[in-house]
Amino acid sequence: MLDAIAFYTLAALILAFAIAVITARNPVHSVVFLVINFLAVAIVYIVLGAEFLAMIQVLVYAGGIVVLYLFVVMLVNLKRGPEAHQDPRRQTGAGVGLAVAVLAELTAILAYTGRNPLPAVVPAASARGPGGNTEQLGWLLYTTYLIPFEVASMLLLVAMIGAIVLARKVD
Amino acid sequence: MMPLGFTRLDFYYLLPELIVTAGAVALLGGDVLLARGRHRLLTWVGLAFLGAAAVALAFISGREGTVAQGMYSVDGFAVFFKLLFLVAAALTILMSHRYLDVEGARPGEYYFLVLCATLGMMVMAAGVDLVTLFIGLETMAVSFYILVGYIKPSRRSNEASIKYFLLGTFSLGLLLYGMSLLYGLTGSTELRTIATTLAGGRGGPLLALAVMLLVAGMGFKIAAVPFHAWAPDVYEGAPTPITAFISVGSKAASFAMLLRIFFEGLPAFRMDGLGTIFGQPLGWTYFFYVLSIVSMTLGNLAALTQNNLKRMLAYSSIAHAGYLLIGIVAATPRGVMAALVYLMVYTFMQLGAFAIVVLMRRQDVIGDELKDLSGLSVRQPAAAVAMLIFMLSLGGIPPTAGFMGKFSLFAAAIESGYVGLAIIGVLNSAISLYYYVRVVVYMWVRREEAAAPPVVMSRALALVLIVAVAGTLVLGVYPRALFDLAQASASTLGRADQALGLLR
Amino acid sequence: MHFTPITPYHYLLLSAALFSVGVIGVMVRRNIIILFMSIELMFNAVNINLVAFAALYRHEVGQAFAVFVIAVAAAEAAVGLGIILAFYRNKETLNIDEMNLMKG
Repeated sequence: MLDAIAFYTLAALILAFAIAVITARNPVHSVVFLVINFLAVAIVYIVLGAEFLAMIQVLVYAGGIVVLYLFVVMLVNLKRGPEAHQDPRRQTGAGVGLAVAVLAELTAILAYTGRNPLPAVVPAASARGPGGNTEQLGWLLYTTYLIPFEVASMLLLVAMIGAIVLARKVD
Repeated sequence: MMPLGFTRLDFYYLLPELIVTAGAVALLGGDVLLARGRHRLLTWVGLAFLGAAAVALAFISGREGTVAQGMYSVDGFAVFFKLLFLVAAALTILMSHRYLDVEGARPGEYYFLVLCATLGMMVMAAGVDLVTLFIGLETMAVSFYILVGYIKPSRRSNEASIKYFLLGTFSLGLLLYGMSLLYGLTGSTELRTIATTLAGGRGGPLLALAVMLLVAGMGFKIAAVPFHAWAPDVYEGAPTPITAFISVGSKAASFAMLLRIFFEGLPAFRMDGLGTIFGQPLGWTYFFYVLSIVSMTLGNLAALTQNNLKRMLAYSSIAHAGYLLIGIVAATPRGVMAALVYLMVYTFMQLGAFAIVVLMRRQDVIGDELKDLSGLSVRQPAAAVAMLIFMLSLGGIPPTAGFMGKFSLFAAAIESGYVGLAIIGVLNSAISLYYYVRVVVYMWVRREEAAAPPVVMSRALALVLIVAVAGTLVLGVYPRALFDLAQASASTLGRADQALGLLR
Repeated sequence: MHFTPITPYHYLLLSAALFSVGVIGVMVRRNIIILFMSIELMFNAVNINLVAFAALYRHEVGQAFAVFVIAVAAAEAAVGLGIILAFYRNKETLNIDEMNLMKG
């Protein structure tokens, strides 16, 4: 009962703010809605027993990435609204086509779960005591997923160098 | 101390990747430490590391197995692709040597990013786990987003970079959603575990959805119609050596990843198991069948009207994605082998063609229009002959390697019963001859600009052209060695499926 | 009032809905920054899927996958916003329909 109330509240929040992100006129508002959306998703992670991920979500996503967005939105102080110019050739039909695809997606999921009912979610962490699953996740990252982990470190180095290369004034 | 689950041997098998990584970091350090004006040295540093990686690769070739707890495979398939990437990266660096001077761009970070993209490609070819594959893909893609926008004063380069970035990231979203569903259906990210779990018959509509998302995501990366919209603009706007590297390296790496996902992860759903369409059982080859036909046809038709050489080669590369998909539709070891052969051949002829575009770029000339080639047969006869060979090979005329590659693809299709697909492929090759020959006509027949100053070739670029011409001709006249290598490599990809009794 | 127990199926639906919102955002908006934010919504939908499935299977594999997705999102954000800044310096617009130097 309680988990159902929590789920529906969170789902409503997430979807409402996601829609707000893509409908807001002002990009600054979009960024603020995005933060709230990310925070709600972080709570979903806690409900699902992923405490470490919830923390990362708040620190990296809501704290880091979104602040970066805010900086760029403020830096590119547009003289006129970017939506002013509309290309007449732009197809809104593509949007409709996607809506159909989305409908197909939902039907597929419904058809699948109708056939094989899934068990209720029991957060794995509740059985693990106060440490949560962070330790298990750490083991996984440093043993099974060591190679992607190391490659990801190169990826972040690339991103760092790339940001410098791109943002540096032409010399 | 060794990381848990690792042995010393694992590092030995990872040596090519480690050397490329070390090279990337060395280039970054060299950029800071070298005195101004000595930066041209970095070209040779980069090449030395690529060469060392190739030597390390030779040591591990012929071995077979997985390292790092089954996340990363060391097999002929991976070695074949890594060799291709190292060759492509080396030729790209050689091509860039003078190009960067002309554009006034700094070489340090540029070569660093080229090596990082190479590392990403190597991971894409060797990964047998969804996480490894997608991290490799991203390392490559992010490096390319930056490289495409590397010429910052150029607005074309900026625009290309934005388009590539937005569409690339969007396609990554689709791909990741498909991967998350695949993980959800099986509880594992390892392709071989996914294959064995799904062989039990689970799946249904959710699996069909996952496959569609994977096809769409990979379709973007290989630039197949209808996911090709980014390709012409990115090819035109990017620095030409990077265009060459994207069209060859990124395409080959994406095909390697596609082969891994579908042949190792989803072998049971080749012909059926994903529902029905028009009363026929639906398997993933069906999607690639459609993609192959529309890519070949639309790519070639669009290329007919292009006046910009880079755009023309972009549409030609879309058409080539269509030809390559024939090998995947055939879904036999023969088809995979043909695709590998064609990818290797394509590397030489496509890089060669772009090297000519690099040659035409001079201090005050952009040189990527078709008319810029006018009278090249007089202004630089050697380059004109090389371009002639590349065009004939891209069009599939014997005795060039392009003919052998196309022939083996169409033969594989006929062997698997796709006669219609082979016929469409042959018709498309005929259409494509029109625009390839048009290039030759400009070089030999149109002589208006014959009086223009001769085109000077740098030694580095001459080396690129020699390697590309040699590759295109030798593999065409004496293809046996390449076929044997591709055959051996393709059979190691099938090995994981042998337990399921699907591939041979 | 009676609620059915919450299953991964509910989270799948939530994730599918969030993913669709992101995709529609990419299709209809023209401001590059908002396009990019819509893509971030898609990544979040992927992560909800991964975490819900990890809870279903009672292991951490999905969560490890999600950590990588977040790392990639961070890298993409740094590079993407750099590209957007470089573009803006040259053209002073962020409208994707005004990118028209190359046609054919």
